[in-house]
Amino acid sequence: MLSIKDLAVDFQTRKGVVHAVRNVNLHVDKGETLGIVGESGSGKSVTSYALMRILDAGGTITAGDIVYSGVDLRNSSARDMRNIRGREISMIFQNPRAALNPIRKVGHQLEDVLKTHAQATRYDARAKAISMLKSVQIRNAEERYHAYPFELSGGMCQRVVIAIALACNPQLLIADEPTTGLDITTQKTVMDLIQSLSKERQMSSILITHDLGLAAQYCDRIVVMKDGELVETGKPKTLFNNAQHAYTRKLIAATPRKEASIRDLLPAEEQQPLPERSQSGETLLKVNNLVKTYAGKNGPVHAVKGISFDLKQGKSLALVGESGCGKSTTSSMITRLLDCSSGEIIFNGQDIGKIKLREFAQHNMRKDIQMVFQDATDSLNPRHSAFQSILEPIKHLTDLGSTARQERVYELADLVGLPHSLLTRFPHQLSGGQKARVGIARAIAVNPQLLILDEPTAALDVSIQAIVLNLLADLRAKLGMTYLFVSHDLHVVRLLCDDVIVMKDGEIVEMGPVEKIMEHPKSKYTQSLLDAAPSLSKIVE
Amino acid sequence: MSMASTNKSDSLIAHIFYVLRGNPITALAFILLASFITCALFGPLIVPYDPLASNTSNALMPPSVDHWFGTDNLGRDVFSRVIVATRLDLLISVSAVALSFVIGSILGSVAGYWGGWLDAILNRLLDTIMAFPLFVLAMGIVAALGNTIENIVYATALINIPFYARLVRAEVNIRRDAGFALAAKLSGNSDLRVLAVHIFPNALPPMMVQISLNLGWAILNAAGLSFIGLGVRPPTPEWGIMVAEGANFVISGEWWLALFPGLWLMLAVFTFNLLGDGLRDIVDPRKRT
Repeated sequence: MLSIKDLAVDFQTRKGVVHAVRNVNLHVDKGETLGIVGESGSGKSVTSYALMRILDAGGTITAGDIVYSGVDLRNSSARDMRNIRGREISMIFQNPRAALNPIRKVGHQLEDVLKTHAQATRYDARAKAISMLKSVQIRNAEERYHAYPFELSGGMCQRVVIAIALACNPQLLIADEPTTGLDITTQKTVMDLIQSLSKERQMSSILITHDLGLAAQYCDRIVVMKDGELVETGKPKTLFNNAQHAYTRKLIAATPRKEASIRDLLPAEEQQPLPERSQSGETLLKVNNLVKTYAGKNGPVHAVKGISFDLKQGKSLALVGESGCGKSTTSSMITRLLDCSSGEIIFNGQDIGKIKLREFAQHNMRKDIQMVFQDATDSLNPRHSAFQSILEPIKHLTDLGSTARQERVYELADLVGLPHSLLTRFPHQLSGGQKARVGIARAIAVNPQLLILDEPTAALDVSIQAIVLNLLADLRAKLGMTYLFVSHDLHVVRLLCDDVIVMKDGEIVEMGPVEKIMEHPKSKYTQSLLDAAPSLSKIVE
Repeated sequence: MSMASTNKSDSLIAHIFYVLRGNPITALAFILLASFITCALFGPLIVPYDPLASNTSNALMPPSVDHWFGTDNLGRDVFSRVIVATRLDLLISVSAVALSFVIGSILGSVAGYWGGWLDAILNRLLDTIMAFPLFVLAMGIVAALGNTIENIVYATALINIPFYARLVRAEVNIRRDAGFALAAKLSGNSDLRVLAVHIFPNALPPMMVQISLNLGWAILNAAGLSFIGLGVRPPTPEWGIMVAEGANFVISGEWWLALFPGLWLMLAVFTFNLLGDGLRDIVDPRKRT
């Protein structure tokens, strides 16, 4: 139905021409789901933008043919493309909230699409919009019709985006990382919805993702892209069990799965035995009945409802749960970026919850508790070079002289494997993995005893994630740090942590050794988290 | 570190050249600005005649080779007066804008970072200023405080403060809980340092656009005050007064008295308005690669 031949896309940039996509050949058959898998910069999104002809300024298709049902998309007029987009080919984007107009009711946004493509008139648009909302399994569709995007959860917004995309019965749906940023259980429901709707309508779809597990589970055929070129193509089962190309094998190896240890994620030649960890067995952190309550519009909001746990020196503890479960609030309180409403945070025998936030910035315990943030881009000052960012805590929390400080920065750069030449760069000149290293170097700069890791790999590609996780494991052993690891991904947690706490709605659902909980979860909730996680293990033999 | 800093200044200059090359309009604006600054610095040295020397035998002469912009009713050379006036007009507008930039940034940062009742009070205060017709407010201030150059500067600064304060407030507010601000706190920075060293500099790029637009407004404002007789007093050369005095002669056919200072004023405002985007690109590290 769709065929792309020898596609090449160039971008005109300040540094010259960048060949984003080269020699891409692919086709999508009727009713088929094609997965395009690759890491950031592999050209997977650019390929789909090219076929929709929505490339950014500076991007041009320099070669190749794109033919959809006999129509030459590369040479169609802008007017024809407008008719094709939405009615014949539709697209779902990564961030559903950004894809919706924030100041228009979702029902009206649905009507807009229906009216533009003459699928509805003024009189029946409302009824059709509501039936579309129902078809994407939104409960109380009549009420939700009047909702604004900010009143809906991320999963709900993505359903609305799907409803808009499918409103005009397109023949081809392109889903560009449709579930990145959504919770694991929401991801499952959204993907199941897309799958059942495409079956129902005999629609073809292209799923663009960096998650091999997700692609394996939902696609009929998968193409792997790297640096703008197609590397390999095949059915999931054959592709993942018998990968021909080294890059595909590397990707498969780097994906966390049940049988693999943290070192197995790395390419074989880089695997070294894990260093020995020293554990004194003393309790480093003791949290007693910690509570956080916010004053909300409709009465108080209980973000954390009295949780207690101990963390021994040298151990690694994971806080796992979906967004809104209170795991980040808990870690912010322990990091002393947020005041607790009640309860105790006893660190090295002292209740740090009692120290005022303002005073804690200059307190001598500040350097003992540091944090690696979720979004490496957001956590680095855009105006500071990598050097300045790493220097910052050393400047304020140690008594080192200026030469000693500089040496320390270089030492840290070596420790996290950041080439010295990159230290003068600004965050926007660094890749995601390099930014993550800068963030980690900054966090360990003052030798903290407790390091809080707030989903440090959530925004990274799988191969970079593998490297960062291994780096964290090495650093833990080398520096004798204790980790509190906040994550939504049980597979990742299992690799790095000894114990796990599963949280839901501000309460602890269950806690215990990570292997035990993964193998024999006691609660239904933990089981549902485990089930929802797409896993390569199900398909790789 | 010294090596790193020379490296940085090198790349800054290279970056400025890059921005100018990539955007010819900005380059034009910078050339115009440079010539205005030259006039402001060396004006009295380069003009052919003394701007205050009257020569009644030579009054109201149309533009000629000797007097490019003609002469006024007292026989003074209009070209010399226009050029010499540059210093005063730029001085008023630059100091007024600098003053409102500093005060507005402080108020806006505080309001945006700490929020709460402080934010509410400051916002209502700024709303009150903006509720007045701004030029009338400036007139009132100059009339009440006295007809001096300092008072023109204060009045112009005051009416511009709300624009800066609001812009900074919004920019600071969205970055208050950004990861890098939290990370700065973890690094042992006090709230004040987080605000001043980490958050505020990130608000600079949009501020640059505001500054350049405001410089244009400030010149117009100063000239406007002089035009209606508040502010700079004759015989000091100043564009606003020259237009005001020249306006009396337009009907009798001596158009050059008002036209040339007016054109010069327009060119200055035009220059500052064009400058904005280029300045923003220069202070934004993300535009550097």
